[in-house]
Amino acid sequence: MAAALLSTFLLSACTGPQSVFGAAGREASAIEDLIVVTAVGAACAWFIVTSLLIYAGRVRRHRFAEETAQRFITWGGVVIPTVLLFALLSYALWSMPATRPWFDRQQADLEIEVTGEQYWWRIRYLNTSGDVAFETANELKLPVDRRIRVSLKANDVIHSFWIPALGGKMDMIPGRTNTLWLEPTRIGSYRGPCAEFCGTSHALMTLTAIVMTMEDFETWRQGRINKSPTSADAGAAFQRNGCPACHAIDGTDAKGLVGPNLTAFKDRLRLGAAANTRDNLFRFIRDAGEFKPGAQMPAFPMIPEGELNAIVDYLAGET
Amino acid sequence: MRIFPRDLETLWTLFTAPVVWAVHFLACYLTVAIHCAKGGGERQFAMLQFVLGGVTLAALATIAISAFLAWRQWGFGTTDPPHDDPTEEARKLFQGFATLLLSALSFVAVLFVATPLLAIDGCFS
Ligand code: HEC
Ligand SMILES: [Cu+2]
Repeated sequence: MAAALLSTFLLSACTGPQSVFGAAGREASAIEDLIVVTAVGAACAWFIVTSLLIYAGRVRRHRFAEETAQRFITWGGVVIPTVLLFALLSYALWSMPATRPWFDRQQADLEIEVTGEQYWWRIRYLNTSGDVAFETANELKLPVDRRIRVSLKANDVIHSFWIPALGGKMDMIPGRTNTLWLEPTRIGSYRGPCAEFCGTSHALMTLTAIVMTMEDFETWRQGRINKSPTSADAGAAFQRNGCPACHAIDGTDAKGLVGPNLTAFKDRLRLGAAANTRDNLFRFIRDAGEFKPGAQMPAFPMIPEGELNAIVDYLAGET
Repeated sequence: MRIFPRDLETLWTLFTAPVVWAVHFLACYLTVAIHCAKGGGERQFAMLQFVLGGVTLAALATIAISAFLAWRQWGFGTTDPPHDDPTEEARKLFQGFATLLLSALSFVAVLFVATPLLAIDGCFS
């Protein structure tokens, strides 16, 4: 019973979109191997020591000869632990190039810049000359089996970038650029939490990584680069209510940089930490703080309902 | 009046090996950190590995000597621990034995500290 309960607890955390044990990237696989080898090594040591303890205390209840005990301590207490630790250490060091791979910049198939903001992720895809090709937020689309160089920055406080299924964790520090290499190996959708407490809505600061085939990725990327302008009417309500002060929509006059870029918002799966539905969108614009306490977007209680619906239509791609 | 007692009883023999371990640790970590912070190149890093390899050998040799002296102080193992009689002799033997064990620990620790040198092949920038 207890064992069943324990294994349920242990295994329930082992699958799903946010797990080190469901590796879908080169670095994550190396980390998974490292965890398994060290955990199995530690479990063996624990099992042997505990068995000996039970044997000594329960089964064999008389003293060992001095000489035997001495020899046992020398081997079991000194030699074996030292050799075992040395072996595990060597294995960990040997696996280092895989658990945190490092390449020259020229070896990147794709370059992305991710900036931590309270409480969202600014994502910029760079072109081959290192300039920003386009910007998006909270949803990281990646091609499978490609080497991706991710530059990590922060705008306000320290955040931490971690998509367990793809690789290890790395901090995002204001005024610094950290570099992480990702190489997704399995198509799918993976979740990443902000891994450094950054304020009231820290727990709601999540990132979705979507790994797709190279063809799908190219189609999406070209679509974003060649975004055709939408008609000015469609975005009138968006314009009128001051949203462009903070938000940009490519191909329109909205060029704000304070908040997330909202181009092709209808294609995003999530809004904040909730599903991207019309209803949620309506409520988010009305009062972003209801979804994310402390969000840096003001509430808009004054926008009339019809007007707000027009904005939702526009963002949901229905006009 | 004398400042030092005639028969200088010191714990420094006991501490020699751990101090060598600590100094070796700092030598390895600080040198590499400073080298990389200054944008050290690959060629110089190989040089650094070589030098720190030498420092490691020197540290191991010092610890081995300390271990030998401790072994001697312990009477080359002719008597068994625990050496807990309230006599000068027992105290000497005890210190020798403790120093020997600490030396062994420090020897292994220095080896563990030095192994990353074999796995690292340069600075990240
Ligand atoms: C003062 C700047 C500011 C203004 C004005 C503003 N926003 Fe925002 N908006 C933000 C910020 C900052 C966020 C990110 C909040 C977060 O996720 O923590 C955001 C988030 C959003 C999101 C969610 C984006 C995502 O990817 O999760 C939508 C949708 C949105 N705003 C729509 C609007 C609309 C519509 C208006 C106009 C009525 C508007 N915003 C006005 C700053 C602003
Ligand atoms: Cu954060």
